[in-house]
Amino acid sequence: METKPKTLPLSKRGFNFEMFMWIITRLTALAMYGLILIAIIGALIMGARTQMNFADVMRWGFMPNVTHVQNTNVPDVAPWSTPFWRLLGSALLLVAVGHGVHGLVVIADDYIVSERGRRIVRNLSIIFMLAMCGIGLYILWTS
Amino acid sequence: MGLKRNVSLATALRYKGQGPMLTYVLHRIGGLGMAIFVTTHILASFLGGKGGVFVNSIYENWIFQLLIFFFVMFHAINGLRITILDLFPKLLDHSREAIWLEWAVFIPLYGFAVYVIVRTGLGV
Repeated sequence: METKPKTLPLSKRGFNFEMFMWIITRLTALAMYGLILIAIIGALIMGARTQMNFADVMRWGFMPNVTHVQNTNVPDVAPWSTPFWRLLGSALLLVAVGHGVHGLVVIADDYIVSERGRRIVRNLSIIFMLAMCGIGLYILWTS
Repeated sequence: MGLKRNVSLATALRYKGQGPMLTYVLHRIGGLGMAIFVTTHILASFLGGKGGVFVNSIYENWIFQLLIFFFVMFHAINGLRITILDLFPKLLDHSREAIWLEWAVFIPLYGFAVYVIVRTGLGV
């Protein structure tokens, strides 16, 4: 008995916005893993092994912003606020906001099915996404 | 138009989706919780003042950290499972085993986080 293939070639699936965001969601997830891993490895190199506990290292990993290490036993926060970490934090922010806002749109689409409602949700999500990126970048580069 | 369910809420709650259903529900709750947390945390840090400091003091509380660590770690590990299975569809034959593996990774990691957070929170 021949088993039914579980996947269709891209030409038969069609390539639209949802398909594009489906793969983007997966790729941004992997990107976040990479960025968080860099942040955690960097923290361990900078002395987190003895100056921070596991939860603090994870908190720094999820967003390498200098304010996240101010309450730990790190003696000097200067190496934690270099442009490298601000750039890494900015990359993580942009990737996470894109991933997260699309996630919210997917959830909203499950409950809001009218064309007008979905258009409103999409417009609001774009405004929300731009606002969060702007405010987040401002915090990262001024803290 | 609007929300149309083919089943009543009581029936929906009795739906025996088992493991995959549980991960789907937790993934969605965790994602939504994270979105709310990150948004309010960014806004609180941006606005500052009494309100901002109050909101961020909630987020520094160890009981809240237990909750958000559950959301983030489960969403991250479950998301990695989804990504791997989606990018390598041949592995879908072992989707049940993948969920068991996922719990085997999540429980020790989260358990360790709980241990550290509670110990720090209680000042032991």
